[in-house]
Amino acid sequence: MAAFFVSALFFKIVLVVLVFTITLVIAMYSTYGERKIAAVMQDRVGPDRAGPWGILQPLADGGKFFMKEEIIPATSNKFLFILGPSLAMLTALMTSAVIPWGPNITINGTLVPLQVADINVGILYVLGIVSLGVYGVMIGGWASNNKFSLLGAIRASSQMISYELAMGLAIIALLMVTGSLSLNHIVTQQSAWHGMRWNIIFQPLGFFLFIICAFAETNRAPFDLPECETELIGGYHTEYSSMKLGMYLFSEYINMFVSSAIMATLYFGGYNFPYIDKLAEVMNANLVSLIAVGVFFAKIFIFIFIFMWVRWTLPRFRYDQLMRLGWQVLIPLSILNIVLTGGGILFIQNLFK
Amino acid sequence: MQLTNRSKKVDTHALQGMEKTYLPGILKGMAITFKHMFKKVPTIRYPEVKKPFSSVWRGVHILKRDENGAERCTACGLCALACPAEAITMEAAERKPNEVGLYREEKYAAKYEINMLRCIFCGLCEEACPKEAIFLSNSIASANYDRGTFIYGKDKLVEPVTPPSEHVNVFEEGYRKQWMKLKK
Repeated sequence: MAAFFVSALFFKIVLVVLVFTITLVIAMYSTYGERKIAAVMQDRVGPDRAGPWGILQPLADGGKFFMKEEIIPATSNKFLFILGPSLAMLTALMTSAVIPWGPNITINGTLVPLQVADINVGILYVLGIVSLGVYGVMIGGWASNNKFSLLGAIRASSQMISYELAMGLAIIALLMVTGSLSLNHIVTQQSAWHGMRWNIIFQPLGFFLFIICAFAETNRAPFDLPECETELIGGYHTEYSSMKLGMYLFSEYINMFVSSAIMATLYFGGYNFPYIDKLAEVMNANLVSLIAVGVFFAKIFIFIFIFMWVRWTLPRFRYDQLMRLGWQVLIPLSILNIVLTGGGILFIQNLFK
Repeated sequence: MQLTNRSKKVDTHALQGMEKTYLPGILKGMAITFKHMFKKVPTIRYPEVKKPFSSVWRGVHILKRDENGAERCTACGLCALACPAEAITMEAAERKPNEVGLYREEKYAAKYEINMLRCIFCGLCEEACPKEAIFLSNSIASANYDRGTFIYGKDKLVEPVTPPSEHVNVFEEGYRKQWMKLKK
């Protein structure tokens, strides 16, 4: 029994390290992908000098960030100034703990779930951590003791709070369909119908609201008001330099990766792909699991691409437009979505009674 | 007055119905950016790929040699006189008997310097030269951090000695003939 626990713990630690590394590597290469995608959308070449096709560019960027002079403004609150980017990074990395990366695999007779923590309040955990994410921006902007940083921080916090409401309401409608908060359970449900019972079929409006809120939550264009260069110089990270600035920029990409993973999990069947059950009958279960993990990552990459595609297409919102969209459009729409979902569920229940 | 058909009339009509949600506009914009991903990139990757210069491009000067490999310049100073930027200086010297193969005539330029920071690449030196000794080639003065390196001496300007078979640069030779015709 003890050996079982030891091996389970070992696999868990391996999984944690793997998820951590993969998250960081993907976030690193998202910066490269972002620049490449921006380039091809503007008929340019993009970074292509560091290594073949510029694939070493993220390493060069990282090295440069580390070697830059570290400036802590004399009038800033030093403790909070350092706490800001640390919190941003911490909260960005914490969310990936509850995401189911693939079906269980079996190693030497031990069942290894590809999920760090299958907690029964998975979605609540995600929402909680995401709303903690605003503290990184808020504290950093406040500690800088600079008007522009403070304005950026205020914008960030008000924007995140406004859009979290709509996001939460969009998820409530989803929960009415799934009846569970556990992400693992939600994904398993979506494996019905030969792995095609994706929640997007029942919640198209909910997904639409969710993706808009995800853009706003990750401070991505067209909702990147907190770091609006034209108005606020650099926004909340105006005073930051060196790797502390790098941490802020990096946490944005990690957030993007994690929210893509959550969108894929909640609405696009997670690791399920069409005819996964038929494939499982003819193939080794572990191999199918690995294919499923690959499919999940493919879905994540598609969402990351959409994030970038939107960023390089749409101009930034004005602040009042942002607030009007959040409070007067998205929240009523998500409430309507809840009512429609409830009506639909009642209708189907009475139809098949 | 409309000169071309390229200008588009500004559309200021009030948004109606579906347009008010901005969604059609957003989708249209996203379609445009998506289409651009498959367009040909017009970038020329400079140090590896070089765009050919125009045939009348005036680049860095070159001091020509004659068909026997002797320098054509006689240090007459007409180029320096013609130069509107006063970028050219030279010092003349007399050819020694054992230097017959090196310099075409009895007088030659011992020192010949062009300040590339002053030069405006107008080509008047080329026009002034009676000996067809100086030409503007089709290369550019490379950038440098040190201002001193922009004063090009004879080491950089004089055409390298080439075997007679390779001596005639087809392009420059044709250009010279054309120029001679114009001068006559």
